[in-house]
Amino acid sequence: MIDALILLGLSFLTLGVTGLLKFSNAMNRMHATSKASTLGVGFTVLAGAVKFYPDGVYLSSVLVLIFMFMTAPTGAHMIARATYNNKETENKTLDEFLD
Amino acid sequence: MIETAIAITALLTLVCSYRVVKGPTVADRAVAIDAINTNVVALGMLYAMHTENHFFVNISLMLAITGFIATAASSRYIKKGEIIK
Repeated sequence: MIDALILLGLSFLTLGVTGLLKFSNAMNRMHATSKASTLGVGFTVLAGAVKFYPDGVYLSSVLVLIFMFMTAPTGAHMIARATYNNKETENKTLDEFLD
Repeated sequence: MIETAIAITALLTLVCSYRVVKGPTVADRAVAIDAINTNVVALGMLYAMHTENHFFVNISLMLAITGFIATAASSRYIKKGEIIK
């Protein structure tokens, strides 16, 4: 059970880093890392929660899981919005979301 | 099994630093630092499972909180050009 969860998390982390290295644009790289890496960390932390279950520290693992799932999309959205509203960004074809 | 997972995760974290050094824009570097932080949270949890030491779970929690603040500061730097007015 623990080995399966670690393997699943490791595969998702590998997918996220591959997308970070191989994609062509900042938005595409953000798309890869903010979803795949978050899911990989989620499975890894869930493996820790399963391993530490009778002890009370598994609640901290579940707290890490909840916190990562709350903050990773928020941070990616903040970086994406800042990049979109940046003055130096070129090839801007859609202007209705600008601040 | 866990030792191999720690080695592979450390290698992935090292490979992320390529995008930090080589990234064309500031947004690429911010995204790569966010990915490094996410990988280090997973690395702390794997190390806690390897040594069966409970402190590293709390270290992962603190790294997650600090990394969100770092991401917010990076986005503010991209948008405004400065972090603190």
